[in-house]
Amino acid sequence: MANSKSAYSFAGKKQKLDTHIIVVWVDNEAGVLARVVGLFSGRGYNIESLAVAEVDQKQNISRITIVTTGTPQVVDQIKLQLKKLVPVHKVADFKREDKNVIFKEMALFKFVANNGKLNKAFEACKNFNPVILDKTNKSNVIQITALRREIDTMSKNLKKFGLVSVSRTGAVAMTRGSEIFK
Amino acid sequence: MPKLYSGAEIVFKCLEDQNVSHIFGYPGGAVLPIYDELKNFNSIKHILVRHEQGAGHAAEGYARSTGKPGVLLVTSGPGATNAVTALTDAYMDSVPLVCITGQVPTHLIGTDAFQECDTTGITRPCTKHNWLVKDVNDLAEIMHKAFEVATTGRPGPVLVDIPKDIQFQKSKYKNYKKNKKLNGQSHDNYSQKNIDELINLISKAKKPIFYTGGGVINSGSKASELLRELVYTTGFPITSTLQGLGCFPADDNQFLGMLGMHGTYEANNAMYSCDLMINVGARFDDRITGKIDEFSPKSKKVHIDIDPSSINKNVKVDLAIVGDIKSVLTSTLKTFKKSKKNFSKSNKHQTSNWWEQIQKWRSKRSLDYIGSEETIKPQYAIERLYELTKDKDTYITTEVGQHQMWAAQHYKFNKPNRWMTSGGLGTMGYGLPAAVGVQIAHPKKLVIDIAGEASVLMTMQEMSTAVQYNLPIKIFILNNEYMGMVRQWQELLHDKNYSESYTAALPDFVKMAEAYGCVGIRAKTPEELDDKIIEMLNTDRPVIFDCLVDKQENCFPMIPSGKPHNQMLLGPKDQKDKKITGKGRTLV
Repeated sequence: MANSKSAYSFAGKKQKLDTHIIVVWVDNEAGVLARVVGLFSGRGYNIESLAVAEVDQKQNISRITIVTTGTPQVVDQIKLQLKKLVPVHKVADFKREDKNVIFKEMALFKFVANNGKLNKAFEACKNFNPVILDKTNKSNVIQITALRREIDTMSKNLKKFGLVSVSRTGAVAMTRGSEIFK
Repeated sequence: MPKLYSGAEIVFKCLEDQNVSHIFGYPGGAVLPIYDELKNFNSIKHILVRHEQGAGHAAEGYARSTGKPGVLLVTSGPGATNAVTALTDAYMDSVPLVCITGQVPTHLIGTDAFQECDTTGITRPCTKHNWLVKDVNDLAEIMHKAFEVATTGRPGPVLVDIPKDIQFQKSKYKNYKKNKKLNGQSHDNYSQKNIDELINLISKAKKPIFYTGGGVINSGSKASELLRELVYTTGFPITSTLQGLGCFPADDNQFLGMLGMHGTYEANNAMYSCDLMINVGARFDDRITGKIDEFSPKSKKVHIDIDPSSINKNVKVDLAIVGDIKSVLTSTLKTFKKSKKNFSKSNKHQTSNWWEQIQKWRSKRSLDYIGSEETIKPQYAIERLYELTKDKDTYITTEVGQHQMWAAQHYKFNKPNRWMTSGGLGTMGYGLPAAVGVQIAHPKKLVIDIAGEASVLMTMQEMSTAVQYNLPIKIFILNNEYMGMVRQWQELLHDKNYSESYTAALPDFVKMAEAYGCVGIRAKTPEELDDKIIEMLNTDRPVIFDCLVDKQENCFPMIPSGKPHNQMLLGPKDQKDKKITGKGRTLV
């Protein structure tokens, strides 16, 4: 009974965590992001990445995409708690494994190296829609769009080609096909 | 051209349209324009408290005892931060509050101005929603929306932060038409199929129990009536959470008493052993469930709640019915009467073994205590208080601690909205200002704060409010000179190391009462207790009653930490007889 010195119960068994992408449509008003993010931190939910921007200027709607991990029970709670926020219109939830949903992150890579390495760097990025956004004779900036772990791998592997700086977004998501989430 | 009103006037026009008759508040620099307007609105009475936390709890007491939202008005900075405890308390216990705060003028926001704080930032996690009004033209709409959010669905606190310049600026005011939508209905999200399923479970159950909570009370007095009807029609036993006390008569034979950490033996054992648990408006709080992995392992669980996020939060249930209790119970009763006309006859037989078992648990008499002729036992004090006040329509508030649990165990509530206590947040200092709010709402009724001497000192200054408004509240202090619940845990879990739980240098409460301009009464022996209580009841002024009780008494029965319902720790009588199981004993 060593650890019974508490007025509270003990933590139960650890359950398996799943990764989910939660998409939230909100009124674009002051403090709305703080409400959503504060809900996560206040209730001890994880945020792996976050992407937010206004998507409908006429109706003032922003779309927040949050990648999170949790047990099925926690993910359910996240959705239900989000729906209780006054500025939240709707909440969608996708499993990362879901084949019907496209997830993408964007990353900007800056390379400083000689021309040979810069060319190799671009070559290495070619599976991820690389675009050269800036080029000088000793540097360039390449934009790629890919999945999170692909960008993770790339940032590691590109070091040898003179990668000096990485900037990346959180994931955004969209369903495949003609259906939209209501 | 339509008439223009200042922001301050609009605030009051909105309060008028929302039928607000009382606001609790404390003036300060950033709300002066609103206070200046008070004189022009006679239908709204302002109650001046002595601390903003007191305003919040008073508004809570007002709201809980009436079912209407409580309104408080405080200034920026410290005014707002002092109200945070009360807002959080209301959030945890689902009490509808509208808090209006002043804010520094718009152009000074973000400059660390005098008495500036990020009020909406600070109160974001402890309100259902909050607004910073940046344009006077939005003010009226925001105010009305605030009332709507506070009172619909699962009720709770909201906050409207109004910068001082907005209070001066002018705008139009359109008369407000109240949305006809009834509270619950827009939140109902269940089908007849759910109800049929519930009735099917009810008709099959051999060991059923109703587990009811504050949601029944929040749904209105009609919900309590319907609950009673359903419980009588089914003949099932019923237990209640701390917040649900009063929605079913406590002296009825079907009532097993409160459940949970300090609940009765029969209620907790019935919860553990039942085959059907019908949760009506309760939330599987950790004080209720004990060890969650072993919580009522063999039962089918039904959860009726207006808040979808309460479903499956702590305990997975088999049938969820999301809706207002009143409307769910109405549908249930309607279907029940149609399909199970002879239910009570067939059911009596089906549940007779269950009732026999419950009687066995009851015979343990888990609320018993060892009486004394020399010292007043705290349980005895509550029992006497109950006996001497039960014929009046009495409103009880409490502080937090042992006295609160004894009050819940030994004071028998028969009506909803008569019991105001801080359950979720457990705020010491809640009861006295809450009693102020209750007495404001019910000037002719008997209002008693059952208090501990440590808790009551946290908001003692509100006695001054009670005196100012001639509120004859009775502060019934069970004085054991200890933070009793802290001491109890230290005794059970920390080898009697009573670290900082004894209060030396307590004030003389009788003299303190006199200093405040109210009446002080002290009771020292069981013999004089009745006479002194009667003296208190006959005093038509605020009273501080200093009841000197046994200093060592602990609150039993209890479920020790991390244990399931069937491993309760019983009181000293049983401990002496070693009736308690070996397992439970090694715990402490």
